[in-house]
Amino acid sequence: MANTRRLVTEPLLENNPVVLQTLGICSALAVTSSMKVSLIMCIALTSVVAFSNLSISLIRHQIPGSIRIIVQMVIIASLVIVVDQILKAYAYEASKTLSVFVGLIITNCIVMGRAEAYAMQNPPMMSFLDGVGNGLGYSMILMMVATIREFFGAGSLFGIEVLPLVANGGWYQPNGLLLLPPSAFFIIGGFIWILRTVKSRQRERLDYKIMNAQVQEHG
Amino acid sequence: MAERPEASDRPLSPWRRVLAMPNDRPAKIVGVAVVLCLLCSIIVSAAAIGLKPRQEANKKLEIQRNILQVAGLMRPGADINELFKQIEPRIVDLRNGEFTDAVDPATYDQRAAARDPAQSEALTKDEDLAGIGRKAHYATVYLVKDDAGQVSSVILPVHGYGLWSTLYGYLAVKPDGREVVGLQFYEHAETPGLGGEVDNTRWRRLWQGKLLYDPEGDLRVEVAKGAASTGPDGVYQVDGLAGATLTSRGVSNLVRYWAGQDGFGPFLKHLEERLAEDG
Repeated sequence: MANTRRLVTEPLLENNPVVLQTLGICSALAVTSSMKVSLIMCIALTSVVAFSNLSISLIRHQIPGSIRIIVQMVIIASLVIVVDQILKAYAYEASKTLSVFVGLIITNCIVMGRAEAYAMQNPPMMSFLDGVGNGLGYSMILMMVATIREFFGAGSLFGIEVLPLVANGGWYQPNGLLLLPPSAFFIIGGFIWILRTVKSRQRERLDYKIMNAQVQEHG
Repeated sequence: MAERPEASDRPLSPWRRVLAMPNDRPAKIVGVAVVLCLLCSIIVSAAAIGLKPRQEANKKLEIQRNILQVAGLMRPGADINELFKQIEPRIVDLRNGEFTDAVDPATYDQRAAARDPAQSEALTKDEDLAGIGRKAHYATVYLVKDDAGQVSSVILPVHGYGLWSTLYGYLAVKPDGREVVGLQFYEHAETPGLGGEVDNTRWRRLWQGKLLYDPEGDLRVEVAKGAASTGPDGVYQVDGLAGATLTSRGVSNLVRYWAGQDGFGPFLKHLEERLAEDG
């Protein structure tokens, strides 16, 4: 029981796919300028990871090693198309802004990474939970980034105006940089910094040590 | 594998035999690939076909909602289908600016037509102010009628290139063919918060009451660089979007293109007579 719970909770802080493994950054930059869009992206990604893990794990004993990556890709791509179709039918507004990025879930390293690293070796139920956990880890970071970007960049949360903008006759001059993709880099960088300061175990070991090459002055 | 005890008297079913085959045997590799592809394609096509009616309905509703919005008829919570009864789609021949019945407005797809060489023309670099490449011969316009059956505004489809994407939208004008009622985009991929502010209701409202042409009939409307002029030219100008110079320029170009000679210019010029004739 404790073990299964760890499958879901560990990817949140201890082994977060975005900030520790630095996977899935691309979409984290692209969709986080608005919270509503990010939330739908999170749901889409989480369901794709969970179900791709589940289905790959179900047939893991039958997947020939030589074509395993292609098999994984076919399953993931099919799931993504299904998710995209569902969004177009039931969340049309959001699907218009997300469409390209939903397609790009196929190439999201988290999905492939979990399929190859976990689902290929583990039973279906555990793989499913591992997918959910990693999806949530991704979602958590995405929503945090989106909150910061939308709040300071557009003065609103979930599209509801919180800080009255100068453009609408209020006092808040929004920070336009936060609406551009690079700002997500800074924010995620900040998260990584904070997390690795607090949890020093996540710090990577140095590959080499810079020598102390101070030139001694001769007298 | 060979040591596995098998029930020799009962042959394995073909399915079991396939499953028991070593994974690296070519037949198994091909088999797994074929079965997997078949399964996945069934799932994908089932989803695509099963959800299609809903998606089409969404698209249609979205277009109708945008048309109503640009005409200023949309109220929150209103029934779109009910409101849309006031609106009559018509086809305009862009080559001469006349109404035509050459194609059925209910089924005509201007975007598809623009890609079809038989139904469109390629634009030269000089002509192509809006960056659209090809222009369809026919365009679907919408006549908004008031309760008395009089046309209160005419909605023109417009599109053109911004910074990242082609913006698709509607320009609504008064029956005099000069005064703008509204401009609204229903599809674009400009930067949210910067170019994406073309969707901002406050900015959209700036278009209301602007004039496309001066009294001599010259095309004057434009998106200003920065704030619109406060002088007499202000009536032809709309404030540029802060931080979105290229999107603003794109919008300016596309409005000027579609209001110009190559766009709806000839249609708008005699709009009043045309509508009266049309009865």
